[in-house]
Order: sequence, then structure tokens, then C-alpha cells
Amino acid sequence: MGRTLAEKVWEQHVVRRADGEPDLLYIDLHLIHEVTSPQAFDGLRLAGRKVRRPDLTIATEDHNVPTVLGPIADPVSKTQVETLRKNAAEFGIRLHPMGDAGQGVVHIIGPQFGLTQPGMTIVCGDSHTSTHGAFGGIAFGIGTSEVEHVLATQTLPAYRPKTMAIEVSGELPVGVTAKDLILAIIAKIGTGGGQGYIVEYRGEAIRKLSMEGRMTVCNMSIEAGARAGMIAPDETTFAYLQGRAHAPSGELWDQAVAYWKTLRTDDDAVFDKVVEIDASTLTPYVTWGTNPGQGLPLDAAVPEPESFSDPIERSAAERALEYMGLTAGTPLREIEVDTVFVGSCTNGRIEDLRSAAEILRGRKVRTRTLIVPGSMLVKLQAEQEGLHEVFKAAGAEWREAGCSMCLGMNPDTLQPGERSASTSNRNFEGRQGKGGRTHLVSPQVAAATAVTGRLTAPADL
Amino acid sequence: MDAFTTHTGTAVPLRRSNVDTDQIIPAVWLKQVSRTGFERGLFAAWREDPTFVLNDPAYQGASILVSGPDFGTGSSREHAVWALQQYGFRVVVAARFGDIFRNNSTKMGLLPVVLPGEKVEALQAAVEADPSLQVTVDLVGREVRWADEAVGFEIDDYTRWRLMEGLDDIGLTLRHADEVAAYENGRQPWLPTTV
Repeated sequence: MGRTLAEKVWEQHVVRRADGEPDLLYIDLHLIHEVTSPQAFDGLRLAGRKVRRPDLTIATEDHNVPTVLGPIADPVSKTQVETLRKNAAEFGIRLHPMGDAGQGVVHIIGPQFGLTQPGMTIVCGDSHTSTHGAFGGIAFGIGTSEVEHVLATQTLPAYRPKTMAIEVSGELPVGVTAKDLILAIIAKIGTGGGQGYIVEYRGEAIRKLSMEGRMTVCNMSIEAGARAGMIAPDETTFAYLQGRAHAPSGELWDQAVAYWKTLRTDDDAVFDKVVEIDASTLTPYVTWGTNPGQGLPLDAAVPEPESFSDPIERSAAERALEYMGLTAGTPLREIEVDTVFVGSCTNGRIEDLRSAAEILRGRKVRTRTLIVPGSMLVKLQAEQEGLHEVFKAAGAEWREAGCSMCLGMNPDTLQPGERSASTSNRNFEGRQGKGGRTHLVSPQVAAATAVTGRLTAPADL
Repeated sequence: MDAFTTHTGTAVPLRRSNVDTDQIIPAVWLKQVSRTGFERGLFAAWREDPTFVLNDPAYQGASILVSGPDFGTGSSREHAVWALQQYGFRVVVAARFGDIFRNNSTKMGLLPVVLPGEKVEALQAAVEADPSLQVTVDLVGREVRWADEAVGFEIDDYTRWRLMEGLDDIGLTLRHADEVAAYENGRQPWLPTTV
């Protein structure tokens, strides 16, 4: 019987397999940031251990960094960033600190350097590591104990998850994006739907996505409960990689491409579960609640909790409406927001900024609007294309690279009761600041919402 | 980590689903570089509500958290596990867990127990009826017991063994350093390095 893409990549990385034990899996790339690593480095020091492969490890500063120029004001954040610098120096790990041209959100910089390649295993102490699966590798988030394990051994003991295919047939209609697709998928299968699985996204609509769009889809796999999401590499992948700093070149490029072309699910392979979705029926999606599965087409209204037959979902909806300050039956388009955030590892890449700029060109924003490039290189490219002038002319704030308002760890936060339309990945209670209310949207919907002050699709303008 | 064989204590019912790790420990608490002091951040936002179940004196001293489904979804922050342990929890019972949270728990010796949804409800109801109810979580026998109920749970042999012995994963892997080195010699030549 044939094998799935996930099985092929997994098997390629098994260092040791023994009865009654998890596989010992080799890790090709370990990404580090300041939040989930300090206790891991402490553990190494306590045990007198070294980093086995600093040359397969790279660090950046992202979660705590302010997105306006200047030093970190919060002394606790500052200490955490300084701790990373000290650890990187002590253990010989390449670090891209604040202000460095290579600095950025950890999941933006791996692909941009060409470090993320098909068929690799990639981990990071961050659940959105699933992003890198867009290149056809197995990439997943780990906790600090596992960060320490990878630092010490460059391996992880793990059981291979089950495999799930999400078959996306048809074509996304004009104005409907990768973000809308993944929000629709999560709404369909739920926040627990992917638990225990590696998801492979397949089908016509996936093939037609750019690498940026594929990264957006894989990024939010974890929001459906799946630790990893992946997409088979193809010409789009190869074209994105060729010429990047760490991509192979010359003869090695040819060898690599020949191998990468084998990284596809065999026709006779069987997935443990298959989910089907028709892209051609989708419209822009937004979330109304406090988990990413609580999403609906923008054309819909805030749901009645009684409309959920499952009592647990019903009580979750009641609680979400209370937290979000929403009344059932209100059309989603009538929800007013205070803040719009475009950025994050989900939607902080150049294509995301271009699509937001296209909508904001010649228009004015009515809300506080933060445009935060995912990395300094994305920022540079956007400025070369003049996008920053478009944003500034519209009245939006053009910021430095970082995680920014995706999570309340840096100065970019919502105040209690404030409401955002956000291109990030989590609408959890307090995620963007204590008491803040988050609606997850695509960059296009975010930009259109900034113009009207209400949840809006570009086509409404 | 501390070994876990069997644990008996009182429980606290958390009747919420999708308890994500941002609720278990909000991001502002993740700025610490130490491994201690996270109990103060456990459910920090929810604990401000005096009616929140952890503030109920009847459940003080509980060491088993019995939650609705999809506990520990979201962020990979192991701080969520540290916060629960440092607050005094040894076990979390739920019908479903976020994969990363469950993994992190077993690395630290916090036992995640999956029971069928109706059994979780039954346990919650029993604890609500009598907060002093003694609940036993028996990893050796793979069973949760309270009153006259005994409900089995599944856990793979390897994880169970590691928890029962309190073994450090890194130490176990380093026993296979030769195999790791052998694997490294055969890696594909085009794979990138960060240098």
C-alpha cells in the first residue's frame, strides 16, 4: 500500500524504533524565541549539557518586542530578551536581535531565509510552528521540556500522529482568501477536530494558493487541534525557495528538487480520516466568539446559543456572547470595532500587506489601525514597494516587526472592552489584552473594516 | 520529575469547554525566566471573579481538576502545566485535551486523564454534591475511582512507565547517542544549516 506525505517524511527521520516505545525522531531545524526557551537553557546548564547542533538552531526576538523604535520599556520583557541573548552567546546559537535586518516573527524568518524546506522536520516552542508544513515538511509546536530535549539531543521521542486529509475542491472565489478558507475549515471540524492528527491539505484550491496563502492555512492547523498541517511541495514551492539564502544551489538544488518531487501522497495511500470542503461556495469568514471554531460567513448574524444542539457548545456560545458583548441576531456587518490589526505569523507576510494596501489605497481609516510586518525583511520589501506610504496616507500606523497585537506580551494590546478585527490566529478571552474582544479576519476584511469601522468585506466598499 | 503511581485527593469541577492555555496562564505571566511562581497566574483573569469555582472555599486544597472537553488547547506554553502543578494539581481529567498540553503534562508529571464525556460529567456532579469526595487516580491500574464508581482510562505503556518511574526523557535519549550520530552521518547533503 502507498504512503501518505506525512508517513514519508516521518519515516525519513526515524533514528530509532523499538517495540513499546515512541519513535526517536531527528529534528532538522529548531527555531527558538525568548519566551519558551529560558528555562530550557537553565536545564542544560544544571545538567552540564551542551547544545548538540547549534548549526541546526536559530533564534529571534519576537513576542516581547515593541513595534515602535526604541528600547523595551517593560523591565520583565527586557530581562527575558536579554536572557535569550546571553543564552545564544553562551551556547553558540545564531540570533537575530531587535534592530537586526534578519529579525522577525519566528515563523516568518525560517521560510524567508530558505531554512524551511520540503521534507524537513521543524520544531519550535510555539504552537504556530505548523506554519512551516506549507513547504511539505512535518513542523509542530513543543513545550519547554521538549525544547530542552531538542537542544540536548536534536531529537524528540514521539508517536506518529494519525493522518487526516482535508480535500479542498473547487476554486476560491475572487475576494475569498486562504484565511477565510482555514477559518471555514476550523468552523467545520471544530477546535478539537484535528487532535491526534497530522493534516494534509489537498485539492485544487490548495494547489492554486501562493506559498504565503499555504502558510496561512498551515499556520492555523493548531486552531483545529492538529499539531501539524502540511501541503505537498510543487513548482510553487520550488519557485519560492530558489535563490534564498539557505536554499541549496547548483547540483545540490537539482538533487533536492528530485527528492522533493517524491514528497507526495501515493495514489493508493489511505488516510485515517478524510474531510471534504468545497472552496467555490466560500465567502469571507469572521469569528464571533472566543475560540477559533466559533466562526461564520460575514453575511451571517451572531448566532442564537439555542441554535446549538450540543449542550456544551450551547453553554460555550452563551459565555462567548457575554464576553464579546454581542447580542444574538445582530448581523455581523453591524459590529463596530475600535482597532484593526494586520500582522502576525498568520498574516504578516508581504502578500498580506499588499492586499491590505490595495484596499487602503486612496481611502482613510476610521479606527486605530496597526500594520505590523512579520519581519524586518518584509518591512524592507513593503517599503521598497511603497506600501508604507499607502498605509500612512490612509492614517494607519506603520510599525516595526514583531508579534505585536497577536498576543498580550508587548505594548500593543487592547484595553478592557475594546474590540478588534485582527488578522491573527486566536480570539481567546484576553488574548490581545485583558478584557479585549477579538474578531479573526483576513487582511482584506481587516483593511475594509478599518475604512468603515464595522466588520466589512472589500466588496462592500 | 516526581514519580506518579497513584494519587488520592479532592477534586474541583471546571464546567467549561475549550479551556485554552491563554486562560490557564495569560501571556503576561510568560515573561518570567524562572520555573517558579506561576501558581499566582493560574486562571488569573477568571480568578478575579469571586464566583469562579477555584475561589469557592469548598474546593480549597483540591488536587484533581475535572474540566469540560478540549482542555489545554492553543499555545504550546508549558507554563500552563507549571502553573497547574505549582497551584497544587496533580491530575487533570477531561474528555479531550490539546495535543501539546497533554504532551507537556506527561513531561512534567502532571497526569492528563481522558475519560468519556459522560463520566467526566458524572465526576463533576459527584464532586459538586460532595466537595470532600475522595477521588483516586490510579496510574498503575489505569483507573479513576470515586464513591462506588471505577472508570478505566487509556494511556500508552511507555508514557505510563516513564511517569511511574519519574524518568527524565533527555537521559533516556542520551543512551542512544550512537544511533543519533549514525543517523546524522546519513542526512541528505542539501539540508540547510543556520550558519
